[in-house]
Amino acid sequence: MQINLFGLAPWVVFFPLLGLVINLLVGKTLGEKFSGGIASLAVGASFVVSVLLALSLAGDPQMHYVRLGDWITAGPLSVGWVFRVDTLAVTMMLVVSGVGTLIHVYSIGYMHHDVRHNGDPGRYTRFFVYLNLFIAAMMVLVSADNFLMMFVGWEGVGLCSYLLIGFWFEKGADGIGNARAAKKAFIVNRIGDFGLLIALFLIFATFGSLQYDEVFAKVMQISAINSPVIVLITLFMLLAVTGKSAQVPLYVWLPDAMAGPTPVSALIHAATMVTAGVYLVTRSNPLYSAAPAAQAVVAWVGAATALFAATIAVAQADIKKVLAYSTISQLGYMVAAVGMGAYAAGMFHLVTHSFFKALLFLAAGSVILGMEHGEDATQHAAQRRAGKGSKKQQQARAKEQFVQGALVFDAEHDEQFDPQDMWNMGGLRERQPVTFWVYLIGALALAGIFPLSGFFSKDEILGEAFRLQPGIFWVLLVAAFLTAFYIGRQVCLVFLGKPRTEGASRSRENPSVILVPLVILAALAAFGGAINLPGVQSLEHWLEHTIANLEPGQFSLLLAGGALLVAGMGLLVAWAVYGQAPLAKAQPDPLRRALGPLYIALEHKWWVDELYDRIIVRPYKGLAAFLSSGVDMGVIDYLGDALARLTASLADALRRLQTGLVRMYALAFLFGAVVVLAFLAFSR
Amino acid sequence: MVPISWYIGLSITLFTLGVMGILTRRNAIIIFMSLELMFNAANLAFVTFALYYHALSGQIFVFFVMAVAAAEVAVGLALMVAIFRTKGSIDVDQVSSLKG
Repeated sequence: MQINLFGLAPWVVFFPLLGLVINLLVGKTLGEKFSGGIASLAVGASFVVSVLLALSLAGDPQMHYVRLGDWITAGPLSVGWVFRVDTLAVTMMLVVSGVGTLIHVYSIGYMHHDVRHNGDPGRYTRFFVYLNLFIAAMMVLVSADNFLMMFVGWEGVGLCSYLLIGFWFEKGADGIGNARAAKKAFIVNRIGDFGLLIALFLIFATFGSLQYDEVFAKVMQISAINSPVIVLITLFMLLAVTGKSAQVPLYVWLPDAMAGPTPVSALIHAATMVTAGVYLVTRSNPLYSAAPAAQAVVAWVGAATALFAATIAVAQADIKKVLAYSTISQLGYMVAAVGMGAYAAGMFHLVTHSFFKALLFLAAGSVILGMEHGEDATQHAAQRRAGKGSKKQQQARAKEQFVQGALVFDAEHDEQFDPQDMWNMGGLRERQPVTFWVYLIGALALAGIFPLSGFFSKDEILGEAFRLQPGIFWVLLVAAFLTAFYIGRQVCLVFLGKPRTEGASRSRENPSVILVPLVILAALAAFGGAINLPGVQSLEHWLEHTIANLEPGQFSLLLAGGALLVAGMGLLVAWAVYGQAPLAKAQPDPLRRALGPLYIALEHKWWVDELYDRIIVRPYKGLAAFLSSGVDMGVIDYLGDALARLTASLADALRRLQTGLVRMYALAFLFGAVVVLAFLAFSR
Repeated sequence: MVPISWYIGLSITLFTLGVMGILTRRNAIIIFMSLELMFNAANLAFVTFALYYHALSGQIFVFFVMAVAAAEVAVGLALMVAIFRTKGSIDVDQVSSLKG
């Protein structure tokens, strides 16, 4: 049965836009349930449209497009608002809207608690406005038919990332930490955007058009006459990819972005925005196929990032930071895959990763909620024991809590209680069982254990790597071991053993609005491998309609078994160190003694942030200070001031002429008359 | 007849005296008198040319000058009266409010 609903394509963008406009206008007055409901409905509708588009494509897999109108027509440049429906775009749409809907529903419950915890219930609606704006922008990105429209979406998701990371802009370290993290994300992304812009300029200059098909049709012909420019284009695009998809060297914003609320981390920084870079490379595959040198660079950047981030994740103490570095590492896998030309493998991992990483982040959010609840309960208990304390003490405590946000004072030990610190957790398996089981599924999927989705997607990447670039294969294999290790470490520290703080011991399971999306995501993470099983390769065949130079995936039992063994070893080592003899609060990380100075380096993220601060940020700030006070105020303002002063002194001098004496004026008349007469008399 | 330059010389002298009067005297009435002197110097020049070049228009123009001068003095003296009412004196040096 042939369904032909391609005309619906713009609605993937319009539904979220509609949702956000409604929320802007009436959301706050109509209450939390309305805001959350409308936003989730909007994204849900977008998902339905994506499904319909997918079904339409199933019958007729050629590229279709829906043209809404012209945007720019200036000389040779002609760019329009054109929505492209092909298998690649629809895959991305399904992931974004599907996972997005689940996260919206989850956020209804999560933000209800979070706005109260942070003391500003009125901000609830704003969160959903931003989330819908993000979905709209991401949809524009993936459904664009030309590079410029894609860039609009690219910038839009960057903006939403900024808005959402800094959602609690007055909170964080020193009352400015979140705002600083948001600024960092935006600025680092901007560097990537610069790369993309240069690439777009080069594309237009070389190909005369920004429309995908027109550019890709000419690639062969251009690469015959001028192949270095294609290498340049692809390398500048790589800069954009390192920014958006958090690769080395521009990944530094992603761990800081964990300052945003957990649903934001799940949606934007795990499942969708960060995959935009991988999508860009996949979409531009004809360009990359014509520049093998650039492909190699992309692949190695991905592999290096995968390993580098995995090492850092091993020594982190914050539950979300581990997941952040894990995301960077897994993105490295995807980038390495598409860099090698294995686009289907990369996209497969993109899809499965969005499932299990969103699951992990949301489940971590559930854990954090439980910890916060436990801490509140502890404080109430302590207050009841100690008496309320004076009004002043209560007010001071309340004010402190408001500023510090997520950090809550531990009434017992009078130190800062971080509900995200894994060393404060432990034994949550009994307190939050559903969360434990879904988290376990997500963790095993991430580690790549058969038969969960992560196993198939990671194995396909490893298989391709072994066949195409063995060097990359070994790097990714080591990263796989570390992946299994750090996620095993996390599961053991958070869920096994006994609670290490009183707050953890009082945590409790969350309501269904939080748990149901988790369970759905767990099912997807568990069974998601079915979209591209070896032999059947459904996703690959689906994507072949769009991507010309797809490397066909080949399944090797030996390789799969070997990778499974490596992952299993990682989990085993983690269990041996952290799970077998669960640690009490005061005990240090056993890895600290085992690795010594290496552990310090890992804990400090290899001091990359400090390095950037030293060699880039400080000189830049110095330059900015010099230009601002030295050049701008010193020279330019000085010139303006000097001009004004000159005019004033001139006026002052001329003022002397105005004596007010009539006789002076009469003299002036006489003088003028003499001059005119003399002129008349002598000019004849 | 005497050479025309004598008459013109006289006219110039009278005019210069009038200018000096305007520039140096402080009393407004004296300034008006000097102004009248200047007018009459011009009148003398007109009449001289009318006589020596047989051009009647010079004589006619003198009437115009006298009429305008009279009107102007009327206005000027009225101004002086108004100023005297405000300032109590007609010393032109005191009319210097426009001093910048």
